[in-house]
Parts: sequence; structure tokens; C-alpha cells
Amino acid sequence: MFKVVIGLEVHCELTTNTKNFSAAPNKFTDYPNEHVSTVDLGLPGILPVANKEAVRKALKTALALHCKTPDEVIFDRKNYFYPDLPKGYQITQNTKPMGINGYLDIMVDGKIKRVDIHDLHLEEDTASLEHFPKYSLIDYNRSGVPLIEIVTEPCLSSADEAVTFFEDLRDVFLFLGVSEAKSNFGQMRCDVNISLMREDSTELGTKVEMKNINATPSIRAAIEYEIKRQSDLLLKGEKVVQETRRIGEDGKTYSMREKVDALDYKYFIEPNIPSTPISDDLIYELKSKLPELKLERYIKYTEKYKLSDYDAKVLSKERTISDYFEEVLSFGSDIDLSVNFVTTTVLGTLNKLEISLEDFPITPKTLSGVIELVHNKKISLDHAKKIIYESIEKKENPLELIEKQNLHQIDDEDELLTLIEGLMEENKEIVRQYVEETNMGAINFFIGQTMKKTNRQANPNKSKDIIIKCLERRKENEQI
Amino acid sequence: MVNKMYRGKTILELRKELDEKIITKEELFSHANTLAHYFQEDYNSFVTIIDKPKYKERDSILSGIPYALKDNFSTSGILTTGSSNILKDYVPVFDSTVYKKLKNAGATLIGKTVLDELAMGGTGTTAHTGIVKNPWDKTRMIGGSSAGSASSVALGIVPFSIGSDTGDSVRKPAALGGVVGFKPTYGRISRYGMFAFASSLDHVAIFSRCVKDASIVTDVLKGYDRLDMVTIKDDNKKYTDTLENDIKGKRLFYIKEICDKELYKDCNDKVLEEVLDKFYELIEKCKNLGFEVEEVSIDKKLLEAIYPTYMCISCAEATSNNANLTGIQFGPRGEGTSVEEIMFDSRTKGFSELIKRRFILGSYILQKENQDKLFLNAGRVRRIIVDKITSLFKEYDGMILPASGGIAEKFDSSSEKLEKLSSRYLILENHLAIGNFGGFPSITIPYGFVEGMPIGVNITGRVKEDDLVLNIAHQIEKVTGCKNQYSKVGDIDV
Repeated sequence: MFKVVIGLEVHCELTTNTKNFSAAPNKFTDYPNEHVSTVDLGLPGILPVANKEAVRKALKTALALHCKTPDEVIFDRKNYFYPDLPKGYQITQNTKPMGINGYLDIMVDGKIKRVDIHDLHLEEDTASLEHFPKYSLIDYNRSGVPLIEIVTEPCLSSADEAVTFFEDLRDVFLFLGVSEAKSNFGQMRCDVNISLMREDSTELGTKVEMKNINATPSIRAAIEYEIKRQSDLLLKGEKVVQETRRIGEDGKTYSMREKVDALDYKYFIEPNIPSTPISDDLIYELKSKLPELKLERYIKYTEKYKLSDYDAKVLSKERTISDYFEEVLSFGSDIDLSVNFVTTTVLGTLNKLEISLEDFPITPKTLSGVIELVHNKKISLDHAKKIIYESIEKKENPLELIEKQNLHQIDDEDELLTLIEGLMEENKEIVRQYVEETNMGAINFFIGQTMKKTNRQANPNKSKDIIIKCLERRKENEQI
Repeated sequence: MVNKMYRGKTILELRKELDEKIITKEELFSHANTLAHYFQEDYNSFVTIIDKPKYKERDSILSGIPYALKDNFSTSGILTTGSSNILKDYVPVFDSTVYKKLKNAGATLIGKTVLDELAMGGTGTTAHTGIVKNPWDKTRMIGGSSAGSASSVALGIVPFSIGSDTGDSVRKPAALGGVVGFKPTYGRISRYGMFAFASSLDHVAIFSRCVKDASIVTDVLKGYDRLDMVTIKDDNKKYTDTLENDIKGKRLFYIKEICDKELYKDCNDKVLEEVLDKFYELIEKCKNLGFEVEEVSIDKKLLEAIYPTYMCISCAEATSNNANLTGIQFGPRGEGTSVEEIMFDSRTKGFSELIKRRFILGSYILQKENQDKLFLNAGRVRRIIVDKITSLFKEYDGMILPASGGIAEKFDSSSEKLEKLSSRYLILENHLAIGNFGGFPSITIPYGFVEGMPIGVNITGRVKEDDLVLNIAHQIEKVTGCKNQYSKVGDIDV
């Protein structure tokens, strides 16, 4: 039928101490107009001072998205009148964006799709407006907050791809630590451009733009609705109108305004910010600090470490978890045990206690010590996990706890045999049930008793073997 | 008996009297305030005259010295209008760096001076509070845009004042008012809090009655400011220390295409002839002082391009810089049923026709289809002009030229006005913008009178060599006979 062509423009507020061109704090507040300086209000005589941290974070993101970076940092003015734009122009980048011609690989349906990025530029956010029937209010808290805009090529072809890209881009921001990228705080927003073209055609169809969509479900709904709406129109032989649409709460899109001629923003280079050369050293420094991103880690986990798709996804989804996992491995820990501990014990504890990894008390080094004990069969897996929970509760080091409780496993077979023989003498009725009625429950009973008696130190596998041997021997001899 | 007279004294003279307790800073203020009120009706130097000053006792050469500030410098709690209706009630909430530095130095602000609306214009006739008159002849303009700052010094109300200079807005009225006007290197003084006209050309500049006073004030104002990214690292020099440096062998040039008398022989303009005669007399005196002065030749086409280049760049930047004046955040709010209508009405009522004309020009120049041909080409021409002058500065220490080809114009001289496209107007009346194009330090000092009106000569030097320009000007000042002059008009004795 039709080929779907989608391009995204994603805006993301950067995490910085201060705003992009003023000293006002860049942080969330419930009070309107609290974090506002004279610069953010556009008062006569103010001048912008570029924020080094914002520049570095924008450059870092550009490099992570494999963009070509410019030789110097310069800004441009984008001139238009709107009440949320106090200076009457926005400081942005048009001449030399922080990055051009990049890409981000995403995985859709198990296949890797390369999303081409046209450019990434650094700019300032506008104030926010709240409209009432007879008046509107302006909150300048957002005015001047550093914002990066990432513009893709029109290379996405489904709602799935668009949503995956949006979500993966969020993970890039989080992995890089450049933004908290919370949609519900408006920190990450998206404009969607979509057009349909006939399968056999080489000509792009008429483009419809949907502005300011924050949440992933809305992006999906808007795209799916538009694909249907535009297909219906085209099938009826009607034309798609070039326009800007908004998404309603019902998931349908509604026309906002028809696009007349594109507005001329009369860009020119911001004269108040002298150009600053970007040194090779800076680029080298930023590049060397780039973390591996989600997909790279996923591929490493599945291909190199042979993890299951599920485990690899869980362990690569968040950078802190992934870094923790890799640090555990860096001590030479057994991979399977490490996966087991991190995905169950660590993540389970985080969920249960509703804490983040930063507040998780057990360091990767300590955990690797516990894993080492399990690996060398000094302590059972089961028991090790219980110790970890206990140590978190008691705020103690699990290794010390193991030491203190003398919890090293009893591996000595003679020791175990003596113990088990003794237990069988004490529980003749259970032995009888096995010998006469082949009640298999007896095995578990004696394992439980062995554990109880040894304060869980007995090697469970060895104990089990010995218990079975003892019971079988009695059965053969019909001895109770 | 000790001479207690205030009017016309230099900063150093007042400093001495203050230090010797011959006079108090309260008395100084009172004299300045009296003079400001006395001349206000006739000359209209001020938008606001301050009657209740705030004194600060500081260990600074400027402590207790009265001064005036152009009304486009943000002063917290003091009305700052830009001489425009759109800001007629605007009281800023923050201080410009210049004001802050002068406050910290203990200087006493006595008033905010009238300018051409939003610093755009060169006549001193377009302020929302009326025209500014020339202290040497009330029927004449003093020029602009820093008209009130020029007249307050030329009337002897204050020993120095602050202006802004985007094309020649200090150096031209200084010439027409017979006082000193100094624009230091771009970035030498912070522009923070000065209402932007054309950011890439805007400079803070100083009026005084002698070069030494201009140096004293520059020493106080200069330096890096983290609020203005174009400010340069301080050179840690005291410009007052090097004014007496030996200038023997320093090389100056003047441009044939600007001041060759042959060019104007058909003009039949006696004033122009006299201006040029006096200029060449001064050149001879300079040679006698030990300067080497030579004539150089520059492509006339390049010089004729100065004014259109200036207009393109300044109008374009101005239309953007003044886009904050919408009546939404501050200033009188217009009427309308939507924000667009309110902005439209505020701006329609708030700006004079001249300003709107510049905004329309600027907007046209920046439009996508015109931008390369007009705005970007203007930038290229600017670069070519600056490169040419910079290359001459490899051989010469400074450029010396008459600041204007005439004397202050009469208010009713529409018939005498120069044809705006004549090369005489384009070159002779507009070459001072070279100083703004290149950010060169540039000073105008008075060098005589023609028909009873003062005339000025301009000296421009290499970027960052403010000390040398002041040194040269200070030496030349000694042979002009115009040092410390002011119009002694007015029957007032303070």
C-alpha cells in the first residue's frame, strides 16, 4: 500500500548547574518564576554568557551519536516574536551545530536499524505559558534552560521504529548522564514529521507535522492514527494537507494550522558570544570518556558472554546496573553466577526496598567475594543469597557475616556421615517410612535436619548424596 | 582667597580640592545639580536630574566627582528610558557594569542624559523628551546619539560623562560640542547593562574636557567582566601613567580621499575649507612636536562603502536587539485582544517613525533572500576595510583625520543638508565608523573654532593600544589651545 516516512525532532533539557546563558539555577521548582535572572527576562542591556558545562554535554552527546563536530562553538539568533520568548530571539545553533551527520543504531524486532541523524544543536528553552479564558500567565523558570535538539533524517518507517528510537535516545542521554530526560517533566519532547508515499514511488508525500509530544504512548498513538488517516485520504483519492497537527487526549490528531510559507527566522550569528575553538584535545578527552551504550552492551552480553536475550536486556537497560554487573565481572567472577546474583538478589533488593543502586550497600567487590565462595562451593547459592539479604538488613558486610557465623560449608564427608547417621538414629520412624514404604519425602526431611543441625553450613549436595546412600543401605539391609 | 569655583574644573583639580578639604562632595554635587537645572530648559541635557544623590566614600580618584550617564545604561531604581516612549516608565532592577564601577569608585551620579531614541541617530533631536541644543549656539544641534552626555560636559555641568558609541555616537558630538570623546578598544569596557543597539559595534565611551580625564575614567572602567563575553583580559596598565611618554618618531597618517582639499574645491564651502585649513595647520604642529605624519591613499570605493556597510550591520542587529521591547515583560503595554495584537500596538505606539524605518530596513536586510547580498556582504566589506586599516597600522602608530567636514548643523538647515549619497557625506561625515568596525581605540579632541563653533580632530590607533592613542592625543592636545574648554554661556556663578 503505502510506505511510511517519519522524521523526529527530539528536544531534551540538559542537566546543568545553571541555565544556558545566565547564572540562574537550572532546577525544577513548584514555584513559578523562582529561578529567573535578568538575562532570562530579556531586560534591556542583558548579555548572554555561554555555559561551558552545557557545551561539553552537547558535544559529548554529539560524539556518542557519531556526529561530526565543528571546529568552533558559535551560536546564532533565531528571530521571532512570541510571548514565551522574552528577548524576541532564541539563541540556538544554525551555522555550526554541535554535531552533524551522525547515527544511532537501534534494535527493532531483533534487527539492527541505523537511524541517521541530520544534526544536534544546543539552544535555550522558552518560558512556559498557561492560558486562562481571559488571560495568560508566563513562568520564566524554563526560560534559558539548556536544550539540545536532535533532528533525524526522514528514515523511520513505523511507529515501532519511531518509539524505539525515542526510547533508545532517552537511554543514550541517561547513559551519558547529560539529562534526566523525564517526559513527565517535559524534559524530553518530540516533534513528529510523517508522510506517506506509494510503494512504487520515489517522491516523498505531503508532510504533516505533530508538535510537542512528550510520552511514548502518545507518539505511538499519533503515528498510528496519522498512518490510518493519511492512508484513508489517499485511498479515497484525496490529498493530504501540509499542516501542523496536535494530538488530543483521545489519541486522535487535530489540525492546528495549515502551513503557509515557512517562517523566515532571519538567523544570524550571535555577536555577543565570541567563537571558541574546539581543540582536538577536548574532543579526545570527551571521546575517551564515552561509555558503551545500551546496544553495544547488549551485543557484548549475548555474543561474548553468551547471556540469554532476556538477561542481556535486563543487564544492559540501565547504565548503573550494567556498570555494576561489569564491575563484578572485572574481579574475575563467574559469569553465570554474576548474572544470577545481579538479576535476582541485587535487582530484587532494589525493587523490594525501592532504592536506587547508589544506595545499595554491597559493592561489586564484596559481591564478587561472595560469588567466589559460592563458585568454590564453600557456601551454597541459596544460602549466600540469604546471607546477602541478612547483611543488608543488619547493615553489615556479608563476607564478615559469613566469617562471623563461621558459615563456611561443611564439605568433609566423614563429618557429614557421622552427623547424618546420628540423625537417623534419632528419627527411626522416618527411616522406617523410607525402608518399608519408599517414602521419598524422607530424603528432604533429613536434608532439612542436616541443615538445621549445622546451622546451614552443610554442603547440601554432598549431604543429599550421603543421606540417600545411608537410606539405601538401610533399605537393602532392611535395617531401621 | 581660595577659588571655590566648580564649573569647568577637571577631575584632578576637583580631586585636589576635595583632598585638601577646600570643597566637599556634597558641595560639588550641589553645584552640578544647580547647573543641571539651570541649563535644562535651554539645552535639555537630561532625562532625569538626580536631586537626592547617594554618596559613597571610596579611596578612588573619582570619589565625590560628579558625572552624568547616558540614559541607555541600566541603573537600578533610577528611571532609564533610552529616550524612547516604549521605555518611558522603565525603572531597571539591575546595574550596568559601568554604573556599578563608578558607584564603587565613589563618583556621584547627577543625572541621566538625553540620547537619540535608543541610540539610533546622530542629531540629538529624536528623544521622547525633546531636542538637545548645542551649548556654543542654541540654534544648532550638538549631534548624537550621546547628545546630553556631550552637552553636559560642554556646558561645564560635569567634568566627565558616559556615552555609548556604535558608529560615532560619542566622538562626533564631542567634536561638535568642543570636548574630548574617547572610545577604547572593543571589549576594553564591559557593555553589560548598556542597552544594545548593534552588539558587534557597540562601545562604552567617555566624554571629558581633557585627555587626561578621559584616561582617568578609562582606568576606572576598563577590565574583563564575566557578564560580557567580549570583554578582553585587562592589560593591567594605567593609561594616565603613560600620557607623557615621548612621541618623537611616532608615525601618523591621514587619508587623501578623506581630507585632500582638492576634492572639495568645487563645493564652495567656506566652513569646510576652514576646517581643512585648520586640520593641516594642526598637522604641521604635530610634525613640530616630533610626529612623522604622512598622507596615504585608499580606494575611494572602499571609503564610500563605510556608511552603507554601517547601516546594514547596525540596522540588522538593532532590529533583533530591540525585539524584547514588546510591552509584555516591561514598558507600556498596548491594547488588543491577543498577545500578537498587544505586541503590535505597543511597538506601533512606542517607537518613532525613524526607529521603525531602521527596524524595517534591518528586517529586510536579514531576510533569507537578501541576507547574503546585504547582511553578509556588509560583513565582508567590514572585514576588508578593517584589514586595510590594520595593514596601515603595521607601518603607522595612528590615523589622524578631521572628525567632521563641518560644524554643528542648525536645526532649521534642511536646505543646507548634505546630499546623503554624495561622497563628501559618505566619506567625510562617516569615516569614524571605521573605529567601530575594527574595535580600534579612537579619540576625538577639539582643535579650534570655525565661525565660533568648535571643531574636532580624531586619532585612531591599533587594537588594544589604548595607552598609545591617549598618549598621542594628550601630546597633540597641548598644541590645540582647546584643552579644558567649555561653553561659558549662562549667567551663573558656581
